[in-house]
Amino acid sequence: MTQELIPPHSRRGSKYAARTVPVSETGERLTTSAMIASLDAEGRATVAAPFGHALVDLAKFRDDIVGLTADLSKYTDLHVFAKAYPEKFYQMGMAEQVMISAAAGLAREGFTPFATTYAVFASRRAYDFICMAIAEENLPVKIVCALPGLTTGYGPSHQATEDLAIMRGMPNLTVIDPCDAIDIDQATRAIADHPGPVYMRLLRGAVPKVLDAYDYRFEIGKARLLRDGGDVLFVSSGFMTMRALDAAENLAQEGISCAVLHSPTIKPLDATTITAEAAKGGRLVVTAENHSITGGLGEAVAGALMRAGVHTPFRQIALPDEFLDAGALPTLHDQYGLSVAAVTASVKSWLAA
Amino acid sequence: MPPDKPTAASNVSLTRRAWAIRRNALLMGEVQGQGYIGQALGVADVLAVTHFHALTYRPGDPEWEGRDRFYLSIGHYAIALYSAMIEAGLLPEDELETYGMDDSRLPMSGMAAYTPGMEITGGSLGHGLGIAVGAALGLKRKGNPAFVYNMMSDGELGEGSTWEAVMSAVQWQLDNLVCVVDFNNQQADGPTTQALATGTEAPKWEAFGWHAQEVDGNDLDALVQAFDTARALPDPRPRVIICHTRMCKGVPFLEDREITHFIRVEPDEWAKARAILDAEVPT
Repeated sequence: MTQELIPPHSRRGSKYAARTVPVSETGERLTTSAMIASLDAEGRATVAAPFGHALVDLAKFRDDIVGLTADLSKYTDLHVFAKAYPEKFYQMGMAEQVMISAAAGLAREGFTPFATTYAVFASRRAYDFICMAIAEENLPVKIVCALPGLTTGYGPSHQATEDLAIMRGMPNLTVIDPCDAIDIDQATRAIADHPGPVYMRLLRGAVPKVLDAYDYRFEIGKARLLRDGGDVLFVSSGFMTMRALDAAENLAQEGISCAVLHSPTIKPLDATTITAEAAKGGRLVVTAENHSITGGLGEAVAGALMRAGVHTPFRQIALPDEFLDAGALPTLHDQYGLSVAAVTASVKSWLAA
Repeated sequence: MPPDKPTAASNVSLTRRAWAIRRNALLMGEVQGQGYIGQALGVADVLAVTHFHALTYRPGDPEWEGRDRFYLSIGHYAIALYSAMIEAGLLPEDELETYGMDDSRLPMSGMAAYTPGMEITGGSLGHGLGIAVGAALGLKRKGNPAFVYNMMSDGELGEGSTWEAVMSAVQWQLDNLVCVVDFNNQQADGPTTQALATGTEAPKWEAFGWHAQEVDGNDLDALVQAFDTARALPDPRPRVIICHTRMCKGVPFLEDREITHFIRVEPDEWAKARAILDAEVPT
């Protein structure tokens, strides 16, 4: 009999064994949740389609802004822009390569195109086109992608677990992994003003609002300390900053004091701030990212620390270097260590070791 | 003649222009001792017609907003395009000898960042037409009546991205887009028609919704007529001109050689090839 291939962190049993309906501890059915919307919304305020609305705002004053999508306007919040400015919107069909190439052509003619699709399709299917038609010529195309990392339960076809690693490798490209609706709104405006190409990860739909509780302003290439603490220094990006903030609250109740340094720009990394914080010493540095352990924020931070001669205890919260399971997102986030409970437990175990 | 086609207003014939392009290409090929000379000799007549008949541009002002955009998707054809651009006064003739050398503005594979007038970075095949779609959309947004010409090879007909762009150009009714296919039936590993292009390309483009013409790409009169037709066509379809060319055209002993993508030319043969061209200088 052929061996069934099941990766080490998988909950998968044999595909030949029949299953029953899974239920949560409170008796609810666990269904596959495709979108990040509502994932972190419990108990938080949300903002609807912050990317789409920010782009509409920008286009009021800027004729150079145009939007393109490859059949995913509704799932990247670009439909808000398309509705407001149908004449500035290009539905390119299910054709990521020509969408990216055409965005390059529009940029050559003086426009600032925002091109949207899912992160898997931009990073995997359109890579050569982003690289040669856009990045090599440093054209101001903004590639904005939904479903970053593990934000869908559809399985590896839709889970962009390695997009940051792929995009970090591309010269000229600025890479952004925003945390919440505040971050997305401000980052959209900032990248529109940035003269070069940008890849930005997107949370769409009803996006939680967290950073308004802090003295925070998004700036390309800048990490911001959201919370200070003496035992642990989280360096995080994307929605993992929300998780780190929540874990820091939990850990504080157990007498563990955590700082959270939010680094939404993955490239160029704010090595100055990160190494300065890490060099203060006496803290466990924990990177937290919604991405594979290979090639994302964690390894970028590790490299920056090594190059700066900062030798500190260091751990990574990240997805394993595997094709992940399908399933309900809360289950998967627990399973792969991204949930608040899992982050809290990991930090405690590392401190106890 | 329109004022921004200074070269077309001259007494120099297209035959002479094609001759000069071939001669420039041989001189550049000799610098490196090898190169894409087969393609350059083959496509010289097409470039004579684009750069000395069809295109509007200002030799002293490569970024002029009113210019027709000429995209070279096939980066390795740069030797041919440099030859035409030198003849057109877009590039200085004395830089010809730097072709492919360190710090040259004329790298082996054409790149926008290196060469004034080189609109895009080609070479990753199947890119040019998609970029041309975006540029054609951009020109329409600006109300700019210029055209976009994308020159590609028959080998690029195998790239899926080409057909995404083909469909997109029809969807957006890009009547300001002309695609020029150099069909020399030669890609890196052998004849294109034994790979993915079947030789029935015009009906395929027509079926996708393009206006398609198929011409002898070494017949200047036929090319002029095809480019005039493409420009003047009163319907909203994008246009393609499939130019059947002969590799190494104009240098018989190379034409008769076993043709390959990267043709071998012995050191003494460059002068021999030039002598053939110089024996009959057209007026």
